[in-house]
Amino acid sequence: MENNKGSAGGFARHRREDLIGKTYTYICVLLLIIVITAIVYFVASKGLATFITDGVSPVEFLFGTHWNPVGDNASFGALPFIAGSFIVSLLAALIAGPLSICAALFMTEIVPGKGKRILQPVIELLSGIPSVVYGFIGLTVLVPFISALTGGDSIGYGVAAGALVLSVMILPTITSIAADALASLPRGLREASYALGATRWQTIYRVILPTLAPSLWTGIILGIARAFGEALAVQMVIGNAPFIPKSLLTSASTLTSVITLNMTNTSTGSVQNNVLWSMALMLLFMTFVFIIVVRLLQRRNKL
Amino acid sequence: MNAKTADKVATGVIIFFAVLIVAILGGLLGYILVRGLSHISWDFLTSPSQNFKAGGGIGPQLFNSLFLLVLTMIITVPIGLGGGIYMSEYAKDNKLTGFIRLVVEVLSSFPSIVVGLFGLLLFVNTFGLGYSLLSGAIALAIFNLPLMVRITEQSFRAVPREQKEAGLALGLSKWKIITSILLPVALPSLITGTILAAGRVFGEAAALLFTSGMTTPPLDFGDWNPLHPRSPINPLRSAETLAVHIWKVNSEARIPDAKEVSAGASAVLVIMVLIFNLIARWFGRFVYRRITASKRMD
Amino acid sequence: MKSKKTLFGALTLSAMLALTACGNSGSTAAPADNGTTGSGGTGTTTEQPAAETVSGTILAVGSTALQPLVDQVGQEFMTNNGDVTVQVQGGGSGTGLTQVSEGAANIGNSDVFAEEKLDADKAKELVDHQVAVVAMATVVNKDAGVTDLSKEQLLDVFSGKVTNWKDVGGADQKITIVNRPSSSGTRATFEKYALGQSVENVEGAIEQDSSGTVKQIVADTKGAVGYLAFSYLDDTVTALSYGGVEPTEENVQSGKYPIWAYEHMYTKGEPEGAVKAFLDYMMTEEVQNADVTELGYIPVSSMEVKRDAEGKVIQ
Repeated sequence: MENNKGSAGGFARHRREDLIGKTYTYICVLLLIIVITAIVYFVASKGLATFITDGVSPVEFLFGTHWNPVGDNASFGALPFIAGSFIVSLLAALIAGPLSICAALFMTEIVPGKGKRILQPVIELLSGIPSVVYGFIGLTVLVPFISALTGGDSIGYGVAAGALVLSVMILPTITSIAADALASLPRGLREASYALGATRWQTIYRVILPTLAPSLWTGIILGIARAFGEALAVQMVIGNAPFIPKSLLTSASTLTSVITLNMTNTSTGSVQNNVLWSMALMLLFMTFVFIIVVRLLQRRNKL
Repeated sequence: MNAKTADKVATGVIIFFAVLIVAILGGLLGYILVRGLSHISWDFLTSPSQNFKAGGGIGPQLFNSLFLLVLTMIITVPIGLGGGIYMSEYAKDNKLTGFIRLVVEVLSSFPSIVVGLFGLLLFVNTFGLGYSLLSGAIALAIFNLPLMVRITEQSFRAVPREQKEAGLALGLSKWKIITSILLPVALPSLITGTILAAGRVFGEAAALLFTSGMTTPPLDFGDWNPLHPRSPINPLRSAETLAVHIWKVNSEARIPDAKEVSAGASAVLVIMVLIFNLIARWFGRFVYRRITASKRMD
Repeated sequence: MKSKKTLFGALTLSAMLALTACGNSGSTAAPADNGTTGSGGTGTTTEQPAAETVSGTILAVGSTALQPLVDQVGQEFMTNNGDVTVQVQGGGSGTGLTQVSEGAANIGNSDVFAEEKLDADKAKELVDHQVAVVAMATVVNKDAGVTDLSKEQLLDVFSGKVTNWKDVGGADQKITIVNRPSSSGTRATFEKYALGQSVENVEGAIEQDSSGTVKQIVADTKGAVGYLAFSYLDDTVTALSYGGVEPTEENVQSGKYPIWAYEHMYTKGEPEGAVKAFLDYMMTEEVQNADVTELGYIPVSSMEVKRDAEGKVIQ
């Protein structure tokens, strides 16, 4: 690049300019790496203090079902929250997954062009609505509605409300990934199927969906990941009882909701506070798990 | 069931679900706007919130949200831009680049509450910034950086190769090509992306609970010295944003009209997000038209 | 061209600054719970003996329940003392106590005694200023059919031993408990003074932090029971007598009704200068009989009984 007509002065200017550019961009990238290292380091050091400094058994934390952080016989079983997080996220994906894939199919297969022009902005707007607004609507519409459905036997706060709110929130994530995957499919694949006399549904069901399965799963996993880390909307509607839910209508907690409710009420350095950091560490760990799963799926997709 | 019937049924189901999604959005927007708009008045938008009594507004919260957005963007844009330029122009196709890509991906997947907790630990406590706009802005910047990097990378990659080659032919340095040839071409999609990212920042709450705090000191809107504790633009004061306010009045506050205040605040929040969306779209189309028009003139 | 260069300069500068900030994070790498310096923008109070001419900045952090009161009194104080700025932040009792103990805040607002949240040696350094009393009542849905519960009955209800109101003399309705999070000061007070012990969570109960939400759920749900500060009581819910004693301010003041707690403002060591002046102002009759009662608290000065951190009554 440097070997062109510039004089010696131009050459020096080149080098200076490129040095500036390189330094600037390298610093930015370095910053990203520093930030992520710092996050992992600090959250891990606080989160592990529960086990190292306070002597809480990791087995009790991960598998104990008994959460009673205050008093003399304090016990720190976080399984109810871990289970709660998984249950609401998976339920949300179970509801949002099929809906999202149908929406993506509608955009690309059923009404190509026009369908996209209608649904695309809808999906974008849904993803733009802040999570507290979802929580507020859940609180004022969904919770009383669920309560009324059960004839007032249930308070309405609980797993069902949490999963429904989350499912609407992760709908855009799954839909946009599914739609991108569908759009990237070579036309020839569909045409070959139609040429064999297959109906549209047969083409979708036998050709398109199997081909795109890894991409669709990627969307669903990313949806679950988002649901898993969502805090306030869930906290507002789930009821926050520290038990593994026995039914859709019982009140439960998630890792995020416990952290939100108790972080500021406990004093820094106390075991009650440290154990919340352990839960944050659990959230970090799950983020890595989700990313690994997504990467494995993408590798399968490339083959 | 024969193939034709199955096809019809399946098509029907897909269309039904698509309509359902549109209906959900319509219902949500309708509910928020119908319930909220009746509470929105000039007074509601400008008067301070109440702690105990009914009739409080959201003035300081609205200001905090906007000001925090500006602060966040001041931090995010330069760093995100640099990171994105690196990814699209400097990064070689090797293990290191793969690692950096992973870093960006992981960072963008971190739950926002974890980023908030990190901010609490490092900026609020260790650096002694306290619950402050600055702590909040840094936390939001971390949360928003990966998105900014991705937007920048995509915008730069979308620039036609010929533009770059023309620059090389002119004997410009690589950095010169980036700043004076690629950047102007990439700018429209950069700005569109940034506005959309800003919308996301605007509604974020979980990361802010522990960084910018849940309270706002009484503000003196006649005092614009950033060093004064009651000045609205003092970056070291605590600041409750609109989204945090909605959460707080619903889960901790003591005001009797919590539902009305949050309905009004939700409507404001959603309208702001709609505005961000519309501006981004309009801007994208406007610039696209200008660029295509100028091409014809060439 | 020139403007681009300036822009670039600004970009680099801010990137550098940000890097320096983060570079520090790498090298200091210390856990957050070691001593931190004062919150930015918060100078220490100037130490002037004369209370008349105080100046400086006071940072009070902590309890979200107490925050509105301190906020309101702080504003009055600022009007009277032009040179003082009072900043009040929420963040919870735990945060308030931690920050005042670390010296990051001048005053730590708390719903509970420092001994209940901090280590004994840390709590010992703090000086307690009890500024108000908050009293609570057990509340039930109007159809539950009970108006009075003894301590034992309440304990049975909240520990899940009794699951139907008919077993404590009420209607044939399932009991639904609306509790507070385990770290909540309100819950600690209720368990300590109403139940006499901390109880395990009961399956099927829900936990809410907001008094407004608790009230609404109790009002709307058949068989629901919760507890609220006096200031929230109205005719949408039934407030229960406790062992035959009605939940009234007079009964709290005379010591007959035991479910109450102090609101504390802690300082590290004896307060000085502006902080002392502010805390003194907090205890004046004009604040105690106006702001304190207006916001639903009971003035400390009107109490005929006193309590220590263990909950023992000291006359």
